[in-house]
Amino acid sequence: MSKTTTEMALDLEAKRLSVVEPGTRVDLQGEMSDEERVEKAMTNFAKDFGRVTATYMEACIHCGACAHACPFYEASGNPRHTPIWKLEPFKQAYKREAGPLAFFYKAFNLKKNVTLDELKEWQELLYDTCTMCGRCTLICPMSIDIATLVGMARHGMFHAGLVPHELYTVTEKAQREGSPLGATPQVFEDRVEWMGDEHEVDMHMNEDEAEVLVLMSSIEIQKYPESMAATAKILNQMGKSWTYRTDGYEATNFGLLSGNTAWQKEMSMKVIATAEKIGAKLVILPECGHAYQALRWQGANMYGKPLPFKVQHISEFLADAVDSGSLKLKTVNSTVAFHDPCQISRRGGATSAPRKVLEALGVKLIESKSGGSMNTCCGGGGGVITIHRADTLRYKVMGAKFRQLGETGAEMMVTSCSNCRQNFDDSGEKLNWDKQMNSLLELVADNLVEEAKK
Amino acid sequence: MTLLDFARGPAMQIAIFIFVLGIFWRLVGVWALRQKKDLSEPRQKGAWIGGIKGLYAHAWPYKPFVPYVGAQYIVGYVIHLGLFIVLFFGTPHMLFFADIVGFTWWTLPGGVITFVALVTTVALFIALTKRLVNPVQRLISNFDDYATWFVTTLPFVTGLATTANLWPHYETGLAIHLLSVWLLLIYFPFGKLMHSFWFVVSRYTTGSRFARRGGMA
Repeated sequence: MSKTTTEMALDLEAKRLSVVEPGTRVDLQGEMSDEERVEKAMTNFAKDFGRVTATYMEACIHCGACAHACPFYEASGNPRHTPIWKLEPFKQAYKREAGPLAFFYKAFNLKKNVTLDELKEWQELLYDTCTMCGRCTLICPMSIDIATLVGMARHGMFHAGLVPHELYTVTEKAQREGSPLGATPQVFEDRVEWMGDEHEVDMHMNEDEAEVLVLMSSIEIQKYPESMAATAKILNQMGKSWTYRTDGYEATNFGLLSGNTAWQKEMSMKVIATAEKIGAKLVILPECGHAYQALRWQGANMYGKPLPFKVQHISEFLADAVDSGSLKLKTVNSTVAFHDPCQISRRGGATSAPRKVLEALGVKLIESKSGGSMNTCCGGGGGVITIHRADTLRYKVMGAKFRQLGETGAEMMVTSCSNCRQNFDDSGEKLNWDKQMNSLLELVADNLVEEAKK
Repeated sequence: MTLLDFARGPAMQIAIFIFVLGIFWRLVGVWALRQKKDLSEPRQKGAWIGGIKGLYAHAWPYKPFVPYVGAQYIVGYVIHLGLFIVLFFGTPHMLFFADIVGFTWWTLPGGVITFVALVTTVALFIALTKRLVNPVQRLISNFDDYATWFVTTLPFVTGLATTANLWPHYETGLAIHLLSVWLLLIYFPFGKLMHSFWFVVSRYTTGSRFARRGGMA
């Protein structure tokens, strides 16, 4: 799909020799005619046209305010990255096919049919330049939840075979193997055992019954395995009845990110079924933002009824533990800036939890400008970090994030999302960041007061 | 039948009919759509309080956004308040409504109304200029944005021309002013002027959805 380099003009003004505007690469999956792709996109767009979606579609006044809350627009200055513009084909489909005036638009052809070329053009806008962080909702005078609409628009894109290859590949792998990054049940079990030995922590694996089922994200299993030991150490210290399970451990849900609702459901159901099987009263989610969205806020809707157990992000669990006194922590003498993961704080409602934990650690928290629930996204969520062609803009977004955190002057950087953390690690290396992003969970595990056993 | 008779008679009736029926159709068309219940366990009860909060929380941008959109909000308020003041507190307008509702109310002096109408018209032109000049707004604008601007501005321009007696023939001028208002009413249900209703529904929806999560909207 890419143009050959000989067709591209050189950008001699840039610091690094480059082409003026690299050709857009469009990825396609499956063998389908152009008409079939459009048809599939339309059918799956239409499935989401409920009352709430319709309200949002009707309410937009095209003021463009949302652009100023979007880290991608702020980084690129490209009007195409205006959040509401990312929904244009979805809006067009709604107005032509489902809105109250659809018959009118259709009869007079006032809203044209969405074309395959448009859908291809919007692949970059719906996947590469939106993490569904939802900051645009805060600035919108109509309070339109654009992030949710982007998630819905991805449904149509997935079924039309219009997902960026990398995101599609990891999603398909997750569907087939149970984990997007190769953390198969066997790999998970091996790594849990390894971490148990390495940190001399009792690991509870495949217990038949347990009050707490602990999930991990594949990013943690593969890249930050200390999280597994840290969680175990804390739960053991608290004397909890808990377990890791090889039949339900993967917290990430790439069905949600890529736009395949059926796969999203399957991925959620694996965990739900496991929790039911062992009689869990609580499922603890790891430091992963979208996993929290997938199970805490969408899990019951996938299940079709309220979940028979409580779901908590690890930061909520830790906050409750320090609140109740069941977890005592040593004082950490440091100033800290906290990066709020969008899906846990702004969109998840757990903004106060990490702050309680940090308070218990005795650190001096320095809030960044526009912090907490208004936090600026790191630019890596929503599957963006998997897409290589999105790297350049993602680094630009992170540049702004580094400046924002740098302005706090804090000595230590902390977050509670491993996806954000890997974005900080990757971008930090690229942009020579002089700091490192730390895990809240690991900070707690490293500073447990041992006598507080219960 | 003179043009003024037409404007005061059948044109008005047709316009009001389309206005009322159109609004009803558009609102019911959306509210009749299915909506699955959210089955997730709410973090807190009383989501409706968040919905109410959402109504006023978005009446002015949150602090970090004020430098970006504060001026845009001010222009918007000038337009909306100007429209409200001229429509309900201009004596001829009040008398028109009084005929329908059967009672009168206090109005502002004609000079004040003219001044407010002038300021509102200027604000409307500022909004249009921004739409044409700002790359983001230019990209996302469609026919409806410009049509809405046109049908909103026209009554102000024709009204000011009538007040200032700029028409060669006063009665024809008055008829044109009335017809421009009927045009606004006829267009109202078809375009984004419906945000007069949707802003309440949308802000409430998001406010209540995120209140049950404890999140921020």
